[in-house]
Amino acid sequence: MNQPFYVAPEQLMKDRADYARKGIARGRALVAVQYNNGIVVVAENTSNTLRKVSEIYDRIGFAGVGKYNEFDQLRRFGVRNADVRGYQYSRDDVEARSLANEYAQILGQTFTHDVKPYEVEILLAEVGIDQDSDQLFHIMYDGTLMDERGLSVLGGDAESITERLRNSWEPADDLATAVKKCVSALSGPDRVLRAGDLEVAVLRRGEDRRCFQRFDDAEVAKLQE
Amino acid sequence: MVVPFFNLENDPGSNFTSLLRKVGLDPFSYAHSGDVQSLQAPHGTTVLAVRYNNGVVMAGDRRATMGSRISNREMEKVVPADRHSGVAISGTAGIAMDMIKIFQLQLEHFEKLDGRPISLEGKANQLSQLVRANLSGAMQGLAVVPIFGGYDLLRSTGRLWDFDVTGGRYEEREFVATGSGGGPASTVLKVGFRPGMDADEAINLACRALWEAADVDSATGGPDVLRSIYPVVATITADGWERRDDSDLATRFETLVQQQRSQREGTTS
Repeated sequence: MNQPFYVAPEQLMKDRADYARKGIARGRALVAVQYNNGIVVVAENTSNTLRKVSEIYDRIGFAGVGKYNEFDQLRRFGVRNADVRGYQYSRDDVEARSLANEYAQILGQTFTHDVKPYEVEILLAEVGIDQDSDQLFHIMYDGTLMDERGLSVLGGDAESITERLRNSWEPADDLATAVKKCVSALSGPDRVLRAGDLEVAVLRRGEDRRCFQRFDDAEVAKLQE
Repeated sequence: MVVPFFNLENDPGSNFTSLLRKVGLDPFSYAHSGDVQSLQAPHGTTVLAVRYNNGVVMAGDRRATMGSRISNREMEKVVPADRHSGVAISGTAGIAMDMIKIFQLQLEHFEKLDGRPISLEGKANQLSQLVRANLSGAMQGLAVVPIFGGYDLLRSTGRLWDFDVTGGRYEEREFVATGSGGGPASTVLKVGFRPGMDADEAINLACRALWEAADVDSATGGPDVLRSIYPVVATITADGWERRDDSDLATRFETLVQQQRSQREGTTS
């Protein structure tokens, strides 16, 4: 009988994590911050059709970095889950927390049991009735679930982006200011990001039902002025 | 109930009803369960839609009846389906309400999954499939017959459709009315319709049609001044769905009553 080579579990997990991290680092980053009237997500994305940021439900938005087909599959799962839940119970019973848990389960299971881990990081944002009840759930490739306050950075080079953003960001900023700060944190000192390189969407507080709104290039350019 | 992670072979795509079936929540499963001919369930009554120069007006009374009993005085039978379309329903109220809910969700679900809304014609087609799915319910006396109207952004015009219980879908060029008071309402619309009316004229015509329907059909409710309950009247234009508020409708019905009163006085004196 063939004996498989022994691999220490630490080594196995480390290899998988390295693999996932490498995949994620190849893509562009995105940031989400609270502003005075909701949550804004700014992603570096040159495509106008393959979205990184999208709507899940009335007050819930989704953003993903890494491999497109993988986070898009997770996004579809989220929309389906939320819509069925809202149909079966009520629109008020759909919340980001339980969906974030489901994502963490899926990513964690795949990380330990499947041949290949997901090469994604995802963000689930929910806009509340006031800034204190806003929620940002950051879920890593291995299922690690983080409940973040105020701002969240996903993707390659997250550390330096977070540092730049922490120095400038204020929760009381208006939308245009918040977008400008996010863009300069994403680009760093050596690059300039224009509207065509960006994908911007907000979850606006106080809307009747669907709070999610995406901005087109012209609107983004206007916010950057 | 858990929504699974679908693999490619059994992925339900962007369709909400097939997703519901996949997770064991088939909304029309009651339709196979025995004889309900004798069942008394609340019914909704007169609803109508009229095209005008900038879009469509949709309107419906607020009464639901169970036999000869009024079971509800403020039911809303005309509701937005999404931003640029509306649906009006007559028939068995419980099933109609669920059908509206599924239809609204279906449009939203598709829009979210695909990243763009369904075309207006596509929406009408979706609704006709829902009506068809209820066919065996209809044969048991639980029929639902909707009207669908909306603003077609691709063609820059208002459009409207009516349906039959088998899911047949008929686009109308001028107006449509259905429900137990649909007959008299249609006649009023037919006499009063002019191509190229503006919103104001179209709303007045719709109010008049509902008024006459309520006058001859006991299952259709007129404006209820005592409780301040007025029909639902909404316009759908390029700017989207807009419901008229009750104070506006109160004025219109007041004018209508005065016109009729002076006509009557004219004939008696």
